[in-house]
Amino acid sequence: MQPDKQNASLRITALVSVGKHPGSGRARRAEQDARAVEMAMTLAPEGLEVLHAGDPQADSLRAYAGMGLKRLRVLQQGTNADAVPALSQYLKQQKPDIILTGVRAESGESSGMTPYLLGEALGLPVVTRIAEIVSIDHGEANLLQALPRGQRRALRVPLPFVASVDMAAAAPRQSAFGPASRADLESQDIGMAVMDEVKAAWSEAPARKRPKRLKVVKAKTAADRFKAATAKSSGDGGKVLRDKPASEMAQAVFDLLLEEGVLR
Amino acid sequence: MILDWLLPILISAALLLAVAGMLKRISLWRAGQPEKVNFFSGLMAMPRRYLVDLHHVVERDKYMSKTHVATAGGFVLSMVLILAVHLFGIENRWLSYALLGALVLMFVGSFFVWKRRRNPPSRLSKGPWMRLPKSLLMFAVSFFIATLPAAGILPEAFGGWVLAVLLAAGIVWGLGELVFGMAWGGPMKHAFAGALHLAFHRRPERFGGGRSTGLKPVDLNAAKLGVEKPTDFKWNQLLGFDACVQCGKCEAMCPAFAAGQPLNPKKLIQDMVVGLAGGSDAKFAGSPYPGRDVGFAVGGPNKSITEGLVSPDTLWSCTTCRACVEECPMMIEHVDAIVDMRRFLTLEKGNTPNKGAEVLENLIATDNPSGFNPGSRMNWAADQNLRVMKDVKEVDVLFWVSDGAFDMRSQRILRAFVKVLKAAKVDFAVLGDEERDSGDVARRLGDDATFQSLAKRNIAALSQYKFNRIVTTDPHAFHCLKNEYPDLYPAGQKPAYEVLHHTTFINELVKAELLNLSEFKGGTVTYHDPCYLGRYNGEYDSPRELLKELGIELAEMERSGFRSRCCGGGGGAPITDIPGERRIADMRMEEVRAVGAELVAVGCQQCTAMLEGVVEPRAEVKDIAELVAEALVEEVSPAPAKSREQSKVAKKPLAEEVS
Repeated sequence: MQPDKQNASLRITALVSVGKHPGSGRARRAEQDARAVEMAMTLAPEGLEVLHAGDPQADSLRAYAGMGLKRLRVLQQGTNADAVPALSQYLKQQKPDIILTGVRAESGESSGMTPYLLGEALGLPVVTRIAEIVSIDHGEANLLQALPRGQRRALRVPLPFVASVDMAAAAPRQSAFGPASRADLESQDIGMAVMDEVKAAWSEAPARKRPKRLKVVKAKTAADRFKAATAKSSGDGGKVLRDKPASEMAQAVFDLLLEEGVLR
Repeated sequence: MILDWLLPILISAALLLAVAGMLKRISLWRAGQPEKVNFFSGLMAMPRRYLVDLHHVVERDKYMSKTHVATAGGFVLSMVLILAVHLFGIENRWLSYALLGALVLMFVGSFFVWKRRRNPPSRLSKGPWMRLPKSLLMFAVSFFIATLPAAGILPEAFGGWVLAVLLAAGIVWGLGELVFGMAWGGPMKHAFAGALHLAFHRRPERFGGGRSTGLKPVDLNAAKLGVEKPTDFKWNQLLGFDACVQCGKCEAMCPAFAAGQPLNPKKLIQDMVVGLAGGSDAKFAGSPYPGRDVGFAVGGPNKSITEGLVSPDTLWSCTTCRACVEECPMMIEHVDAIVDMRRFLTLEKGNTPNKGAEVLENLIATDNPSGFNPGSRMNWAADQNLRVMKDVKEVDVLFWVSDGAFDMRSQRILRAFVKVLKAAKVDFAVLGDEERDSGDVARRLGDDATFQSLAKRNIAALSQYKFNRIVTTDPHAFHCLKNEYPDLYPAGQKPAYEVLHHTTFINELVKAELLNLSEFKGGTVTYHDPCYLGRYNGEYDSPRELLKELGIELAEMERSGFRSRCCGGGGGAPITDIPGERRIADMRMEEVRAVGAELVAVGCQQCTAMLEGVVEPRAEVKDIAELVAEALVEEVSPAPAKSREQSKVAKKPLAEEVS
């Protein structure tokens, strides 16, 4: 807890979804969404609203409440409904200063599109993968955006905005059973149900691990390994092909795939 | 003579004040939560519990048991006779002689109390407790002299008013400590609260040689889960705290205290007393929590315990090894109290330290503490060809694999045990993926919700099949299945099976001559009693018999049997990992070294992990199942002639070096 960061008048809405454990496939508190709630609880314990669009009976929503929330608002809709229209309609009325989401859901389409679609619908700027909201003053927020290998980019964004929270953000507090079972899940009928046609068209199957190239450790000393682990990724292996005949460019791609052993 | 009229006044005044004090004390206990006890049968059983059960514990220290019998017996007897002789003025010479005799007995006892107190060990509290032997002596001496005239040994007006005043002063002191002090929180409080504590004990099963070690389930629908304030304890738990004599036996046994972690069971109970009565710990005159100063803890009946009275670190240092409970002559339940307070921290505050939250989250999401895919529970047995309950439905022995299935070291124990089972041709099967964590860690970390959920699902899985016994290599799962699951069976149902630890079971197999064992060849061996097998379930003999059967002459450690020291792995202690000055496992290995053992036999995968975590050079650590599996003599059936020939051929080297 960093009380100095708290802002009494700030209103934050954290969007939460039903997560899915990668090992057991069981519904759970989604890791990124929980980080969004944690960030909002630290920043604005008073002006915080945690919002979910879907089934108010979902048990895993209680896991968010167990972090110490008194209530959690659920825009009630069926499992096949699209969450974005419901959320954007509700958020248009509420006009929170900051809307926090995870980067992508752990179940469903998991496209990571929610923050962008919301940003588009509400006409707000979208900041992706933030690790921290450092401060808020004069209607502007100072953010740290998470980049690969522990790097951060400082950003300044005017309120209101939509931000997706990266796994690099502070880990969420423990969910306690008592508050979780007592929290108020305020279910709200929004009187609209937009079928998620994209989702309906998809078929879901368990993801398979992508093949990964074996890493040959060239470093001989600990210092080398440290350097390799912390250095910026330099994309020196790439080649830009531009303004060339399509067949030549296709040949280059084909050669690369052969070289990598993707094609045989 | 002055004393003739003064004595009855003093006695009745002391008694009246004592009654007032007792009523006040009782009201403090009654501020706790209601708990049903059988008042009448408890009170009726109390003398026996005091004279037999409590005495058995005290008798481990012969000096103290004799001293206590003389002092307490002498005091109770003389108090009764004092009422008869001095308050009611019954003039009977024999009664007075009896009183003199009782006072002499008390004097002798008190003298030895005083003698011990001249150089008290560090576990004993000082302060008012140093005054107590003097008060006891003063009581005995003053009343002895004051009774002499009644017995006709001395003339009525002997000694004049000087002696009378001196005697009156001594009697005021004696009565003040022993009667007034008993009710108003002096050291003698232990006699009053202790007697009632024995009568209204929360685990009456413990008396008469019984055992009651399973934690009590939490009502998950309650408005508050666990204990936040002293008044959230059951009333008889509060009463139990007041029974403490501050003898420090618990402190001397506590592994966390010895490791310099901020826990001292005696201080914890005294802090609970501070909490129930209100005030600060400034008057506490014993050893502090290691690394914490005394005098800053403030509490009250309705103040949150972990905010100012006891640091959460203290509660999380406990390994739930029950050494303190086993040692406590007043049969106080330290572990129950600690887990009750942990429950509040976990279930209401969401404040389980270090890896606690992660482990609990994994248990909820994957039914095992490390977050492995629950579908991979049987991977360890890919080459074992085990039968699964889902296929066989009915079997004699159900082998409860436990979470050792996910740990490579523990898998060696599991394989060894399977080898033994197969050698004895036991009809057994496993639950496979239907098995879940027993819930032990969740429960000790205070998460009774997760424990109950796991237990109920395990019970549902068990109820589908028919079997006579469950055998497990994990004493923690053994304890849960045997002592804690019966509370969670659906109403009206009871487990229809027996639960055994693998050492007990293998011992049976050996006795039934189902196993052919060779002699153990190796150096000195010692045995480490796992807490959850020994103190929790009273199984000290089977492992020892089994080791003897292997031809092992045990070199017993100083702390063994019911006084065995914890490996440091219980109660979620490795997960909450509260820093101390030493590691408990290191201290235990030091004790192994002290008896010159080259091998420690264990009966618990957690102990194996903890003891093997000690840096080398150290004794080798092996589970008894592994020792038995190594000693198995496989019956060599005469091989058919053909294969013998083949083996001859095979003896020819397949490739030879060309020179």
